[in-house]
Amino acid sequence: MQDTITIADQYQEDFQDLCATLPEWSSEFRNEAMLIFKQIGLPVHRKGNEKWKYTSARPIAEPQYSLATFEEVDLDTIKKAAPWHDSWLNVVFVNGQYQGTFSSDTSPAIQVSNIASDDFPQDIVESIGGIMDYSDDGFAAWNSAFMSDGSIISVPDGENSGLVINLIFFNQGVPGTVNHPRVLVTSGKKSSVNVIENYVGGGEDNTLTNSVSEIYVGEGSTVNHYRLMSETDHTYDVGYGRVKIGTGGRFNSRAFFRGSGIGRYDLNVLVDGENASCDLQGLYFTSGNQHMDNFINIDHLKPHCQSNLFYKGILDGKSRAVFGGTVLVRKEAQKTDSIQSDKNLILSPDAEVDSKPALFIYADDVKCAHGATAGNIDADTVFYMRSRGVDLETASRLIIYGFAGEVIDKVEIEELRAYLEEAFLTSLPSHRFEF
Amino acid sequence: MSKSDKLIEVKDLRVSVEETEILKGINLSIHEGEVHAIMGPNGSGKSTLANVIAGRPGYSVTGGDIVYKGQSLLEVEPEIRARSGIFLAFQYPVELPGVRTWQFLKSAIDAVRKENGEDELSVREFDQLLEEKRNLVEMDPDLVKRSVNEGFSGGEKKRNEILQLALLDPSLALLDETDSGLDIDALRIVSHGVNVFKSPEKSVLIVTHYQRILDYITPDFVHVLVDGRIVRSGDSKLALELEEKGYEWVRESVGEEVNS
Repeated sequence: MQDTITIADQYQEDFQDLCATLPEWSSEFRNEAMLIFKQIGLPVHRKGNEKWKYTSARPIAEPQYSLATFEEVDLDTIKKAAPWHDSWLNVVFVNGQYQGTFSSDTSPAIQVSNIASDDFPQDIVESIGGIMDYSDDGFAAWNSAFMSDGSIISVPDGENSGLVINLIFFNQGVPGTVNHPRVLVTSGKKSSVNVIENYVGGGEDNTLTNSVSEIYVGEGSTVNHYRLMSETDHTYDVGYGRVKIGTGGRFNSRAFFRGSGIGRYDLNVLVDGENASCDLQGLYFTSGNQHMDNFINIDHLKPHCQSNLFYKGILDGKSRAVFGGTVLVRKEAQKTDSIQSDKNLILSPDAEVDSKPALFIYADDVKCAHGATAGNIDADTVFYMRSRGVDLETASRLIIYGFAGEVIDKVEIEELRAYLEEAFLTSLPSHRFEF
Repeated sequence: MSKSDKLIEVKDLRVSVEETEILKGINLSIHEGEVHAIMGPNGSGKSTLANVIAGRPGYSVTGGDIVYKGQSLLEVEPEIRARSGIFLAFQYPVELPGVRTWQFLKSAIDAVRKENGEDELSVREFDQLLEEKRNLVEMDPDLVKRSVNEGFSGGEKKRNEILQLALLDPSLALLDETDSGLDIDALRIVSHGVNVFKSPEKSVLIVTHYQRILDYITPDFVHVLVDGRIVRSGDSKLALELEEKGYEWVRESVGEEVNS
């Protein structure tokens, strides 16, 4: 059994090699992160670790990975793995590295740059790592030390062209490799932007995608954020979303998790301006031996804000899912209106979900509610459908599609919604509820 | 009327739910073209009768038989019963979150057609049929785009049941307290739907607590069910008599007969 610290030590040499090739502006930031990474290592123990209570990170942490590099791939393969529309601004990363030839020309309206670039304005450099606190988070520290590529999206004040930025992180599945994508989104005053992050690909051997996204939602602006994960069963995917919403800002998150051996999305939203709001919705579907962990925290710091957390899960086979949703309403956050729910449809007796919605309220004038359900479909529902001539298989399919559709239907980008209907719904199992 | 073919025959039917006997030997024959009403106080077993005919799970038939179109129904799956022409309008229609009404209705009608060796309807054909039947029950066109019964008012749910009746066009319509919770306008619309459905080949079994719906749909026969047994049968006048004198009257008169 490896110790958490020695796990980090084995990456020291790679780190030095990497530092020699990367731009100067990031070196201080990386060095700090590497120091922390070597101090805390990776979280291989579940005991006494609230963040990793229901998911063992040991299988992810123990292998020694080499940094993934680009290998030949054609665009069609990538287009098959992720949503794509020519009207979108498509930005492709293969094994963590930006591929200009596959990507759209940059937009005149919104600046989309590459983290590997040589220089950035100082404010952007300061934003990187600004809300990703990795002091007790080994995976995030590792990403921060090793991020070699990714997107920086800067939306100017008042920009409302409705542009869809489609980031595709395609993992070729080269055995034993890790990639560390990094995303930064800043939206200017009264602007709006749509960002899709896709984590796709994988192979027949173990690989790890370890990503961090930081999103600053500016005053009165709206960020519509989509996160799609669809990888092979041999892929581990650890992702962080760190969001800070300013006064009157709105953050809409739609997460769709279809596959990966062990997947984890740690989303933390700071509702940090009056009249700000966030609406976080997700759909996870696990099958076989897959494991998906949704670890979501909403932190209400200011008064007159709203949050909605609405996740649904479909579990089949021997899969496991975790929903840890915590809403914290601080003393200053009066008039907070918060609701959270997690509903699960369990298709197999061997599948299991740990659903832990939690509320911590320190303000005295708030409206908060939470709930979780897990279960099979009730007999009345199926009888109602059968009494109309619909057989068990069709009834079950309509119910499962309907369950998933509640989240997919709310996707506002039409082409993306159509993609999800096709890709997500057709991947659902044919199933027969028995009574 | 009795010259027509017998559509369904319930023979000495005994039904229990978790060891408690609910139906204690029911005999009932419905011929094509007939409208029967089953009336009775709460807990008499009248809804059980309708649900057992439709094949709802959770009931055990401990004796007797249900013969429909010459064959026993007891071992037949509910969807097969539905496809062979048995329709149950639910007392409490079920909400199906995320399942669009349009899609549900199309799946149902295609399942019935397939069983009868007919092709599935094209979207266009189905839309035309749906439009016609929707107008019959005066249902808001937006409702068919929504999830089945989700957020529907009580009246809308019952109208949706009659819409399904009209679309599926069964041989036997079982109406399980369809009138409960309806205002006068909704009751009129629902009854109209049933009256349009009625024909010399179609039969209706109305389960109801109150005589009210029978002002709109005239029954050929009225049966009074008390404590799991049919204690009185008659024509539509029996319903009026019941309305006037109450169920106590039947109980008392049955008691007298037993005692005499």
